[in-house]
Amino acid sequence: MQIIQTDLLCIGAGLAGERVAIEAAENGFSVICLSLVPARRSHSSAAQGGMQAALGNSAMGEGDSPDVHFSDTVKGSDWGADQECSRIFADTAPIAMRQMAFWGVPWNRVVPGEATYYKGGKPFTAFEKPENEGLIHSRSFGGTAKWRTCYTSDGTGHAVLYTLDNRAAQMGVEVHDKTEAIALIHDGDTCMGAIVRCLKTGELRAYLSRATLIATGGYGRIYRESTNAVICDGGGMIIGLDTGVVPFGNPEAVQFHPTGIVPTDILVTEGCRGDGGTLLDVNQYRFMPDYEPEKAELASRDVVSRRMTEHIRKGLGVKGSYGDHLWLDIRHLGEKHISTKLREVQEICESFLGVDPVHQLIPVRPTQHYSMGGVRTNKDGAAYGLKGLFSAGEAACWDMHGFNRLGGNSLAETIVAGMWVGGKVVEFLAGTDTIFKTEAIRAAQQKQEERIKALISGSNGRENVYAVRNAMFDTIMKGAGIFRNGTDLAESVTKLTEILHRARKVGLRSNGLGANGELSLALKIEGMVKLAQCVCYGALQRTESRGAHTREDFPERNDRDWLNRTLATWANSTDDLPTLSYEPATKVFEIPPGERGYGGGKIIPMDNPPTATPKGAKA
Amino acid sequence: MARMLKFNIFRYNPQDPASVPHMQSFSIDETESMTLFIVLNRLREEQDPSLQFDFCCRAGICGACAMVINGRPGLACHTKTKDLPEEITLMPLPIFKLVGDLSVDTGTWFRAMYKKIESWCHTKKVFDPNAIEERMDNDVAEAIYELDRCVECGCCVAACGTALMREDFLGATTLNRVARFILDPRDERTEKEYFDLIGTDEGIFGCMGLLACQDVCPKYLPLQDVLGKLRKKMAFAAVNNILPSFLKQDIKL
Ligand SMILES: Cc1cc2nc3c(=O)[nH]c(=O)nc-3n(C[C@H](O)[C@H](O)[C@H](O)COP(=O)(O)OP(=O)(O)OC[C@H]3O[C@@H](n4cnc5c(N)ncnc54)[C@H](O)[C@@H]3O)c2cc1C
Ligand code: SF4
Ligand code: SF4
Ligand code: FES
Repeated sequence: MQIIQTDLLCIGAGLAGERVAIEAAENGFSVICLSLVPARRSHSSAAQGGMQAALGNSAMGEGDSPDVHFSDTVKGSDWGADQECSRIFADTAPIAMRQMAFWGVPWNRVVPGEATYYKGGKPFTAFEKPENEGLIHSRSFGGTAKWRTCYTSDGTGHAVLYTLDNRAAQMGVEVHDKTEAIALIHDGDTCMGAIVRCLKTGELRAYLSRATLIATGGYGRIYRESTNAVICDGGGMIIGLDTGVVPFGNPEAVQFHPTGIVPTDILVTEGCRGDGGTLLDVNQYRFMPDYEPEKAELASRDVVSRRMTEHIRKGLGVKGSYGDHLWLDIRHLGEKHISTKLREVQEICESFLGVDPVHQLIPVRPTQHYSMGGVRTNKDGAAYGLKGLFSAGEAACWDMHGFNRLGGNSLAETIVAGMWVGGKVVEFLAGTDTIFKTEAIRAAQQKQEERIKALISGSNGRENVYAVRNAMFDTIMKGAGIFRNGTDLAESVTKLTEILHRARKVGLRSNGLGANGELSLALKIEGMVKLAQCVCYGALQRTESRGAHTREDFPERNDRDWLNRTLATWANSTDDLPTLSYEPATKVFEIPPGERGYGGGKIIPMDNPPTATPKGAKA
Repeated sequence: MARMLKFNIFRYNPQDPASVPHMQSFSIDETESMTLFIVLNRLREEQDPSLQFDFCCRAGICGACAMVINGRPGLACHTKTKDLPEEITLMPLPIFKLVGDLSVDTGTWFRAMYKKIESWCHTKKVFDPNAIEERMDNDVAEAIYELDRCVECGCCVAACGTALMREDFLGATTLNRVARFILDPRDERTEKEYFDLIGTDEGIFGCMGLLACQDVCPKYLPLQDVLGKLRKKMAFAAVNNILPSFLKQDIKL
């Protein structure tokens, strides 16, 4: 087996992985990024809307500051966030944004003078200050007090990823694309790299590294209806969980996006509503202001998704051959606005629906969108459980998002955490040596070779991997969809245990040679079912409603008993259920728990509410 | 009435000693709003799990799924079956190295391209974390983004006569990338430096201007315009140093 050695191994070459890689490369360390696809096809490229940073250059962003951004983020998280991380994030975001501008991102800029914007479907004018001409502009996104989402048309993720990958190429960061990490090499104490399958030839390689980063993005594809790319199936989370010691933080915190198109679940950006798009029901009636008089369509995602589902349940959805949906209306924004500022949206509607959004309504429904949970790390991005293992981006539970992340905050997190965690990785690399234990390498390699042999020969059974995945899809959606309750969740947990047993008996129908897709999925299916089980089991135990986690049988946010973070580990790989433990959501309370100001809902207060920690005492 | 579609798909797995290149036929019933993404996944799940192809965003954004569809390079996820006849032939993109069946290695080609043209902003400035950003005209930002929209799908390369004849031809995507940097005031490279990159037969002077590239580009990049202006700019760059000053021209992209 080929062995490749490097200082830093980034598993993932999306925004988070590459940003960490660049930091290490700039400091003279060798770096290799792995990726299932060429780096620029990473899912980050699909983000359309933009990224939040309190620059305050635009008319509607005036008076913005990291403090306001911080407060929006903590409220958005429904106080589930680690406030130290949210603070680091809000303070660093403006610098990270400017650095991306320096490296070449064509951010949209302030055009001075009177400008027409939309709020709630109605036009209004604002005056862009001449002295801010040419500075980075911002647009509106849900759940924020100020307009602070920096953007390039509606290809923000694409533009930022292309610029970052240019920078990575300049810095000599190696990207080994079409590779898949299928196991970490570790001895229960220290991580030493990963066993990797080449997706060009099918061969296995060992990568040995002093520091290893999991930056594999979200794992939305444990749901059938997801806005995520098809490669977002949890590979990084699975190899973490497989160690038995690295915890999966807040698995039950899953975000649904209000506007996935029907039927293909492709996302149309929140920018549509930010720019003034409205939601209509079967009678083409705008219903959101009835539920949320203040924020209407711009309440946070969890709230809008819930209200939409509530409205559909009242029988006011539009019936279609793919189930009920609602309408998104952006017609009033006009052709010019749509074809420049919302061009990708127009393309998506035309190519995948045959709908022209300038004249027609867009069919939408809430769809799985973002994984707040992930590899639990401390505020330096170091994973719990193994030395030398780090995580950043959507794959991580760093945890600035708590139980609901705001639109525009995750793209920003990738480069801000990338910059921050990158700095910590550099400190680690400068001060630590790692002993590569040949026995750990050999054991990891043999285990994976044996798994592949068993799958090809069918020695564990002949279960069809696609059938197992379909069973998982049905079960997780029944239990851990937008609305959850104890009965359905308990049923899903029982069923997922059976499905897990089936997943252990999967055998291939094809020969498994080369870059065989059936084998790729078969190698992951047991892990995917375990992730699904962590989500359902965590959601079953959490008897409260917080952010995106909505229990019909426990509608209150219970700060007395549940102001904490779930930590799920899979102690023995043969266990049927994860082991759960809990830790306080945050050690520092700059903002003690309170009302979010939208979403309604009762709160059971803490017995001894904390007093606010002054800002000076931050991280 | 739903149609029965017939697919002829190129099959070859270089990693399987028993495999030889051949075409294989599949039949599948057409459903509402069906795209080639839906078709190929169903074929793999229901008929032949060894079938290799690439999808990622399945939304026409990432450029992963380019293949030759009835003779024409295009994005498979973006292609609706209702726009196609009953019989459909799928081939992998030429020029790029075959991984298996419909899957090709575009990553290696494009990373080599970044190195060749040094696809990044060249500047002597150093980033100052305490300073506000340098200003830029919004129109300039939008013009850069217009060219930055390329998704590196490789369709333009696969459709290009010159690229098929000479392996070292840079291709429309690469020339477009250079144009993007010429437009960008942050890139301090001089005309001469750009000329050294693309003022050759592998570069802009190898292009025959037949514009198959623009025809197939799924992102509708204005390649005709870009290639035309680049050719002119580079032609003047070649002679500007020998022309008297009143004849010198700076071609704006
Ligand atoms: C449709 C859509 C639109 C969005 N829009 C916005 C927006 O407007 N604003 C915003 O803030 N956020 C948005 N988001 C969220 C945001 O895009 C993501 O959270 C963010 O891009 C994640 O970046 P990342 O670097 O963590 O992961 P990704 O960009 O997903 O990268 C993951 C990387 O890991 C690699 N990888 C995965 N598994 C393995 C493995 N096992 N071995 C090797 N490599 C592996 C992949 O190939 C890839 O390179 C959107 C998300 C979606 C789905
Ligand atoms: S115009 Fe030039 S780049 Fe485009 S296809 Fe023809 S030869 Fe190739
Ligand atoms: S220029 Fe167009 S066809 Fe060529 S790689 Fe870019 S997006 Fe694809
Ligand atoms: S899968 Fe991304 S463009 Fe087709």
